[in-house]
Amino acid sequence: MDAMIKKQLEVTATKVRMGIIEGVYNAKSGHPGGSLSIADTLTYLYFAKMNVDPENPLWAERDRLVLSKGHTAPALYSVLANRGFFPVEELKTLRHIGSRLQGHPVYKKVPGVDMTTGSLGQGISAACGMALSGKISNDSYKVYAVLGDGEIQEGQVWEAFMFAAHYQLDNLVAVIDNNGLQIDGRVKDVMSPYPIDEKLKAFGWHVILMDGHDFEAIEKAFDEAEKISGKPVAIIQKSIKGKGVSFMEDNVSWHGAAPNEEQYNTAMQELKAHLAQLEK
Amino acid sequence: MEKKATRESYGEALVQLAEKRSDLVVLDADLAAATKTGIFKKAYPDRFFDCGIAEANMMGVAAGIATTGKLVFASTFAMFAAGRAYEIIRNSIGYPHLNVKIGATHAGISVGEDGATHQCNEDIALMRTIPGMTVINPADDVEAKAAVMAMADFEGPTYMRFGRLAAPIFNDKDTYKFELGKGVTLRDGDDVTIVATGLMVAEALTAADTLRSEGVNARVINIHTIKPIDRDIIIKAAKETGRIVTVEEHSIIGGLGSAVCDVVCEACPVPVTKIGVMDTFGHSGPAPKLLEEFGLCAENIINVTKKFIGK
Repeated sequence: MDAMIKKQLEVTATKVRMGIIEGVYNAKSGHPGGSLSIADTLTYLYFAKMNVDPENPLWAERDRLVLSKGHTAPALYSVLANRGFFPVEELKTLRHIGSRLQGHPVYKKVPGVDMTTGSLGQGISAACGMALSGKISNDSYKVYAVLGDGEIQEGQVWEAFMFAAHYQLDNLVAVIDNNGLQIDGRVKDVMSPYPIDEKLKAFGWHVILMDGHDFEAIEKAFDEAEKISGKPVAIIQKSIKGKGVSFMEDNVSWHGAAPNEEQYNTAMQELKAHLAQLEK
Repeated sequence: MEKKATRESYGEALVQLAEKRSDLVVLDADLAAATKTGIFKKAYPDRFFDCGIAEANMMGVAAGIATTGKLVFASTFAMFAAGRAYEIIRNSIGYPHLNVKIGATHAGISVGEDGATHQCNEDIALMRTIPGMTVINPADDVEAKAAVMAMADFEGPTYMRFGRLAAPIFNDKDTYKFELGKGVTLRDGDDVTIVATGLMVAEALTAADTLRSEGVNARVINIHTIKPIDRDIIIKAAKETGRIVTVEEHSIIGGLGSAVCDVVCEACPVPVTKIGVMDTFGHSGPAPKLLEEFGLCAENIINVTKKFIGK
């Protein structure tokens, strides 16, 4: 990856993280932990990979992304806003009455959101439907689905995994955000889905392991995904819940809690300092 | 009178529809032979996709297809559509108001021998609570086919209920016109109104004809669109006949009877009596026998109606 592009993505991802904190702080609720863990991958997809048009969010030939782990909407909203789908300032209205930015993403309400999600386990099925539809009419668009590692405890996810392999949906890439934490604790302690990679291989998927916070690794993984034909691709990304805000990192209490004013200030200072360093 | 199960009409209508809609996609969950989407599968194998025994995923797949603008029908038994996949229908289809047509067959007690696990008497109640969901329950072959064709042109989530048992074909295919949200007055009368839906419409007609010979003029209204319900025809009937009997092959909780009560309670309170499955599970047996046992037949409609109006 070009060093300039890498740095630009890191700058953007930091701004995306600031948008996440801004949104959740102003909402006084929401899910910062899982939003921060997926921030780099979503930044890469929307800024370096996906074929989208902020001026025409429902463009029929666009690549699509279904945020199956819909509670991390603050990340998707922040990426979309920074990409120009709507004003960054609007992130402050997250979860407010009258805001388009509902607690979980809503299709056609928010420009750039490709599917309504929030009830875990459902987005991957819709992504399968989009991919199948693309196959039926020979469309060239790609479909990305982003799932949580806790989310895959839902049985419907495995129905969808079976479906995608059965219909050879090689236009579908599922990212599994393996930050290792869910509301009740460590994923391995609550209800272990491991080994995720072997299970997916057994389900007929091509599996790629990726560091979810290294843009070179992210690019390499998605480039590999593109070359696979005849089967769907799962990218299992090792990530850190709360990544980028020191006191939130790998701490389950930040799954679904908003920072208070002091914590907000600390988080923003950290992110601004990181940004300044990158832009130096 | 000629008879045909509305599930059969559904399968045939899909083939008809495919001739004019090249974007039609049909999904099923390993029940194509029973839901009769198998008829479509045979005619258009490239546009039929079996999802296996995985109804939750099927509804989500249907939602995803709908976002790309294609016309999609998702089919399984009413129990596994409205029942098992309720929350997926609510959140992935209803909330984003996606244009998915749910073709649910084997509704009600007339499933017969399979017994209570497969006899869905709750689907209308479940589906009509979802904001923006249209709920259709056709009464015969003619109406079922016309409804499928009409709903294909209608944009929005739709639940369509079909039956396993052959139903008498009382509508005239040459003159019948399906009007979404419009009740159909099949018999005029001023003494009492019988509001029926689905398989029970034919029974209501038989009951009304017998009642007439006994001096009771019963109006018969067929409600094929349970949501949005035809308020006007119900209010008019309440005003003009003063009493309403509702008949449905569904629980008396939350179905047609409840929908009718919702209207009359607010707009024109009159006594209503509900005929349906009385807050109980069904059991195995031949469908005609079960219908009789559960009072879903002309004879019971006659008895209940006469008692209700004091004759």
